[in-house]
Amino acid sequence: MTLTLDAPRIVETRPLLEVHGVSRSYGPVKAVRNVSAHAYPGEVLGIVGESGSGKSTLLRMMNLEEIPETGSYTLDLPDLSGNLFELDRFARRMLCATKIGIVYQNPHLGLLMKHSSSGNVAERLLVAGERSFATLRQAATEALDASEFPLDRLDAPPIELSGGMQQRVQLAKAIALEPALLLLDEPTTGLDVSVQALVLDTLKRLQQDRQITMVIVSHDLGVIRTLADRVMVMRRGEVVETGLADQIFQDPQHPYTQQLVHAKL
Amino acid sequence: MTQVLEIDGLTKGFSLHHLEKDIPAFENISFAVAAGEFVLLKGANGAGKSTLLRTLYRSYLPLAGEIRFHSSHGLIDLARAADVDIAHLRRTEIGFVTQFLTARPRVSAEAIVAEPLRLAGWGVEAALKAARTALETFGVKPDLWAAYPTTFSGGEQQKVNLARALILPQKLLMLDEPTASLDANARGALVTRLQELKDQGTAMIGVFHHPDDVMHLIDRIVDLTPNAVPQEERDDVAL
Amino acid sequence: MSLSTLTKPWEAMSYGFLDGSAKRELRRKMLKSVAVPGCQMPYASREVPMARGWGTGGLQVSLTLVNPQTCVKVIDQGADDSVNAASIRRFIAQVAGTPTTMDTLEADLIQSRHRIPEEILREDQVLVLQVPNPEPLRPVQPNMSIARQMHADADYGRMWLQLYEQIVRSGRVMQGASYPSLVNGRHVMTPSPIPRWDVPKLHMARHLTILSAGREKRIFAVPPYTRVEPLVFSDVPYKVEEHGHLTCTRSGTRGFFMNEIPQDDGSSAFEVSDSEWGVKTIRARDGDGESRGETWYKNGEMPQ
Repeated sequence: MTLTLDAPRIVETRPLLEVHGVSRSYGPVKAVRNVSAHAYPGEVLGIVGESGSGKSTLLRMMNLEEIPETGSYTLDLPDLSGNLFELDRFARRMLCATKIGIVYQNPHLGLLMKHSSSGNVAERLLVAGERSFATLRQAATEALDASEFPLDRLDAPPIELSGGMQQRVQLAKAIALEPALLLLDEPTTGLDVSVQALVLDTLKRLQQDRQITMVIVSHDLGVIRTLADRVMVMRRGEVVETGLADQIFQDPQHPYTQQLVHAKL
Repeated sequence: MTQVLEIDGLTKGFSLHHLEKDIPAFENISFAVAAGEFVLLKGANGAGKSTLLRTLYRSYLPLAGEIRFHSSHGLIDLARAADVDIAHLRRTEIGFVTQFLTARPRVSAEAIVAEPLRLAGWGVEAALKAARTALETFGVKPDLWAAYPTTFSGGEQQKVNLARALILPQKLLMLDEPTASLDANARGALVTRLQELKDQGTAMIGVFHHPDDVMHLIDRIVDLTPNAVPQEERDDVAL
Repeated sequence: MSLSTLTKPWEAMSYGFLDGSAKRELRRKMLKSVAVPGCQMPYASREVPMARGWGTGGLQVSLTLVNPQTCVKVIDQGADDSVNAASIRRFIAQVAGTPTTMDTLEADLIQSRHRIPEEILREDQVLVLQVPNPEPLRPVQPNMSIARQMHADADYGRMWLQLYEQIVRSGRVMQGASYPSLVNGRHVMTPSPIPRWDVPKLHMARHLTILSAGREKRIFAVPPYTRVEPLVFSDVPYKVEEHGHLTCTRSGTRGFFMNEIPQDDGSSAFEVSDSEWGVKTIRARDGDGESRGETWYKNGEMPQ
């Protein structure tokens, strides 16, 4: 048996994100069971687990797309208090539009494939109420540039772009309003290995430049290892282990995590 | 002397569930390191030298014992500290130098070296300037500074790695065979930098294949060989 | 008492073609749509002896609103004499016994497809517009359930996305007809396929406008003196078609919305789209008396 860890003593800031005791069932299937998670400001929390472990459901809850049967969710932001799961649709939409960015594995979920790439990014500002064409154009260009999207393809529709480029458009859209929280759902799954590395690198760079708090979900340990500061391992809807990323990969405690890590190495 | 680290009864082993087997690494280790002190870990292969370093850095979770660290925030037991506290200390007070560079594609050598400074809140230009100086110290040629270390040879990568790991003065530094694959000049630069840090009060714990390189830095030797005398004064040991 | 004393004598059809319950439903939905300007109200669109898409929505509204004294004008693309306009006009007169007119000023009720007359409408006049596609959000949100939620939340950001796309692709807003407009600062509506030229006429208009889509079964309204603001970027002003300088080759009138008529030599001639305005202009020119009323546009410009 290992030692039980103390509560934080040096770091006194509150976690930006706190999810507490969430559960969600789909019929007889318990997708998420009594899961709690937190992420400190500027921290990258990685969630690993195989398909069906409930990790994506948890991420969708963090994006308020999915409301659990039980549990609470708070973001430590000005003018925001209480359980976010209890917000009405309108407040939820405004919160998601302005404070939370998300990148989906499937770009079709996050993008209008036939609109221009810059328009996809501009949409986020439009939802937040921006109505000046020049401002929209500039903000979209800047966000795409920060996502290392080639600016000569600014107005190309995502349907004409490669998978890696589509993810960059999603990313630009997600960061356009400088969100407090960036959620990434298998952002590089399905991409070529070399493209995957470039997208990961962009994410890493953005994280360092902007200190965005991120939650990244992936079944790919390499992705988690590259990006995450802290890792949460999920299996069958439950958290089996959490820890610092290097500790999870070098000294996994739970049998399932050991199996996962050894399968990779 | 000001104590930096007090290790007390530290025990580590690994439970390999798929083999249903417990593998002990080391048991009941106790020693202390003071500011400006350099402790060499000694022991046969498999005695647990690297394991101990990683346990102190909390890449490994100890099974029992205490790692009392005199941080700038007060005394904290690294064996039980919350992950977020450990992450904070790693950014600010505890360093770890490995044998390998974790290079990332499309990140230049100077950017890699500047990264700890950026994380500590330095401006881009100041951080890059300091990074270039550090690269120069370790003998990386200027035409490589803006290149991507993913394409470098092992030796060059290790120089970048050292420049990065040692750029910020730390309170406690773990060294896991940093001289491996280094040429003589770089070894010299490393020793010079370590001496500098030591003079500034950094406590160091190191594992070296060829301790001759750092001989004059060593204050004390801890032998991890089971049943060895736990602490030996440097002068008493013939290396 | 017998059943026959309680029921009306048999008639070949109800007054105004629609039966009482149909008209009652339409009246209720019209009242609702006036109460919430620009908000689409669903209604049970009835069968009328005309194919869907030919103005059945407008016709049902007209048939509900008329009484034997209502003077009716019907326009199709600005013209009173096109087959479609003439047929609808004749049908209303036949089933409701109403007088008909082509003069905008004389009419009490104007049913129109694609145009608003050039002469200013008054408080006592009702304009009924035929609408093919009532949902302004359809191009950006094909799922109508979600579109309804978007209306409820006034979530109209994507409408500007459409304009953004047009500017990016073509350098200017390409939306010609059905220009999406915000009604009373709350609901975005499509003002039926009237040209951009006609949208400003709806803003703070004195008359009541009822828009009805028969196939899509939706009714919405712009009550008198209601704000109707075309959606624009703060830095890209709304522009109407550049017809202000064009002259009608037949009547010589100038500064109104024109139909373009391609000529054999490749050039274009123009003819005023509001045919009755052209007729009145010709009459005045020929010395048959001035019958033209005040127009919204003056010298080709909409006064602010």
